[in-house]
Amino acid sequence: MNFDFSDDQRMLRDQARRFLEENAKPREILEGDQPFDRGLWKKIAELGWMGAAISEEDGGIGLTHIDLCVIAEELGRSLAPVPFASSIYLGREAIAIAGSPDQKQAHLAGLCDGSKIGCLATAEGNGPLMPKNIRAEVSGGKLSGTKTPVADGDIADLAVVAARSGSDIGLFLVDLTGPGVARQPIETIDPTRSHATLTFDGAPAEQLGTLADGWRNLEATLDHAAIMLAFEQIGGAQKALEDAKDYALNRYAFGRPIASFQAIKHKLADVYMKTELARSNAYYGAWALATGAAELPVAAAAARVAGSKAFIFAAEENIQTHGGMGFTWEFDCHMYLRRAKHLALIIGGERKWKDRLVSQLEQRNAA
Amino acid sequence: MDFSDTPEEAEYRAHVRAWLDQNAERREPGKTFQLKYGQDGLVPLAKDWQAKKYAGGFAGITMPKEYGGQGGNQMQQVIYNQEEANYVTPRGAFEIGLGMCIPTMLTYATEEQKQRFAPPALRGEEIWCQLFSEPVAGSDVAGSKTRAVRDGDDWIINGQKIWTSGAHFCDWGIIVLRTDTSVPKHKGMSFFFLDMKSPGVEIRRIKQISGTSNFNEVFFADVRVSDSQRLGGVGEGWRVALTTLMNERLAVGQTPAPDFEEIFSLARDVELETGPAIQDASVREKLADWYVEMKGLELTQYRTITALSRGETPGPESSITKIISANKRQDIANFAMDLMDQGGVSMDERQTMAGMFQEAMLSSPSGRIAGGTDEILRNIIAERVLGLPQDIRVDKDVPFDQLPTGR
Ligand SMILES: Cc1cc2nc3c(=O)[nH]c(=O)nc-3n(C[C@H](O)[C@H](O)[C@H](O)COP(=O)(O)OP(=O)(O)OC[C@H]3O[C@@H](n4cnc5c(N)ncnc54)[C@H](O)[C@@H]3O)c2cc1C
Repeated sequence: MNFDFSDDQRMLRDQARRFLEENAKPREILEGDQPFDRGLWKKIAELGWMGAAISEEDGGIGLTHIDLCVIAEELGRSLAPVPFASSIYLGREAIAIAGSPDQKQAHLAGLCDGSKIGCLATAEGNGPLMPKNIRAEVSGGKLSGTKTPVADGDIADLAVVAARSGSDIGLFLVDLTGPGVARQPIETIDPTRSHATLTFDGAPAEQLGTLADGWRNLEATLDHAAIMLAFEQIGGAQKALEDAKDYALNRYAFGRPIASFQAIKHKLADVYMKTELARSNAYYGAWALATGAAELPVAAAAARVAGSKAFIFAAEENIQTHGGMGFTWEFDCHMYLRRAKHLALIIGGERKWKDRLVSQLEQRNAA
Repeated sequence: MDFSDTPEEAEYRAHVRAWLDQNAERREPGKTFQLKYGQDGLVPLAKDWQAKKYAGGFAGITMPKEYGGQGGNQMQQVIYNQEEANYVTPRGAFEIGLGMCIPTMLTYATEEQKQRFAPPALRGEEIWCQLFSEPVAGSDVAGSKTRAVRDGDDWIINGQKIWTSGAHFCDWGIIVLRTDTSVPKHKGMSFFFLDMKSPGVEIRRIKQISGTSNFNEVFFADVRVSDSQRLGGVGEGWRVALTTLMNERLAVGQTPAPDFEEIFSLARDVELETGPAIQDASVREKLADWYVEMKGLELTQYRTITALSRGETPGPESSITKIISANKRQDIANFAMDLMDQGGVSMDERQTMAGMFQEAMLSSPSGRIAGGTDEILRNIIAERVLGLPQDIRVDKDVPFDQLPTGR
């Protein structure tokens, strides 16, 4: 057993951290009118990260999902304002999992070199993802219906859409720049990650994988994404903890650093414990993902639940440690809270994933 | 023990309800005034509402009649608050002034000053703010640095306050100032009230998490206040400040929605895998916990009122309210969004309850900080209610000008 990263992966992490510290500027997107940082997206594309975990013949750069997870942690830490999760963990992953050789040929290279942006459209308003909440429908190769909210739906070129076809739920590829597609940006809790409502009115839709496998492919895609998102979450949680610690050491009240109060020490120790448990669950998920282990669905759900909890808790307690300063727009604390909540909902909330975790455990025990 | 209204209380309640029916719109769950108008536009509406309350005999219910109040009891105030909570009314702008500043004035100001200041505040003509916190002194208010130096019959103020809610629309403020730096911190402070339009006062708004700004930085450059505006003796400012803070704890403030009612209503709306969320065991468990907390706070408040009505001073156990309600609000917002699932990120105007839960997710952290943080309130409960030993204090006997302050 070796539960740590290789030297190469550590180098990749250091390099990614330095690069993002210098180049990721989420506040510019928060306060500006751009949906994402195009310049940063281009630079990330040049670094090759978007091709990680896709073979060279399919248009990627090789490497494994573990490498992609290393990158994800740094993207989360830096609150990078780019559609990486939508395009890579969701759009690209769905095509890699469910696509025919021709579809992979047609789409993966563009997603891997960043010239195209992908996304996954499943939600239709409030409520958990389940077949009865999917009303969008494909018939005769044309998609009609409304998907909202769709992360990066306003900027993506290509969407993988979960839709009904007869009595099945399938995945469909839709060219968002083509006919029959209307997109409306919507306001969300995290303006550094753009969202839209997509309205389809007879948009040409190409089936991705078989209809019979549609739901299973969707779940597999979400499992993969859950693990990479868990790395974004622990990256964010870790940074929020470091910020809280730094502030507590330098802030004085009652003649001493607030870090010397046990209430603050215990709080930060609690954040640390939750983050480390989430990290271990995430590492296990990365291993399962890279090796295709049978534990993958269980590991993914565990990583997701632990990651969501850890980042939200770290972000809330970072604000609390900062006192009044933590409640200002000017300090970055709220950007972590916004991102934490966004990440905790993007592929379904904590309640949903706990349910999935226990269902997977039941299945595993029955087998 | 009797939790039902006495005949007089029932009569008062009916009277309040009849008046509210005539003067305000009944609230449907999920509706708040703030969301419709935003904070700035709210001030004139709040003034109108306060004037109406005054005319109706519901302003300053517990304050003496000679200062414009109603000379009523705490129970009537509680009944009024409970009933008003069922209507859509613009609250907020007057809470600090009427809950903390005017009571402090009534305790320490001269007869003439009470006559001058209490009635206009109750009529909704003048709004007050509380200038306690400073960049270096929040939880540790007694660490305030802003100086007041005696100059004949006046004092001259220099320094900075921060987090002053409403300073940008307030007429008057109460303020703690450092008048002696050579003695330990609690001994060198004095308490004043001042005109927020005084020359040398500069107010800068601070943008908060949500992007709106209701609190401010307030800078003082050679601001003159008359010695007649001092409340309490020179060097006794800390004692006066404690009166204000005690009133803050007593101020039977309404926790802003969402609370139990809103999450209960959402749970009936949202469909989960097996039917309406309200039928899901894990959801029911949370709803039950929140109900017990909400009801527990309400009933604890009655016990406080009972103590008050017997002439006893309610102890710091009333600090329970703020910790529990602030954390409950944060948890409810989080869980509501979780029930909405992917859709929960949306703050679109068509979002369920107009995005109230999303807004609360962003604003609820302030409830755990403003007016005493969770940690400070726990210390108060531990030390003053349970009588546990005080935390080791390194700053108590050291002259103020020799205290370490960090970067
Ligand atoms: C929305 C809002 C409105 C406000 N309105 C007003 C207003 O109108 N007037 C006014 O005067 N002030 C106002 N405040 C200020 C508020 O009272 C202070 O922010 C609060 O008292 C905390 O002080 P601080 O911000 O300096 O944090 P700090 O005191 O620096 O606290 C930072 C952290 O250290 C912890 N800490 C500090 N001391 C201890 C200790 N002894 N033991 C354990 N932990 C400790 C705190 O709990 C917190 O987690 C407002 C604040 C907010 C957020």
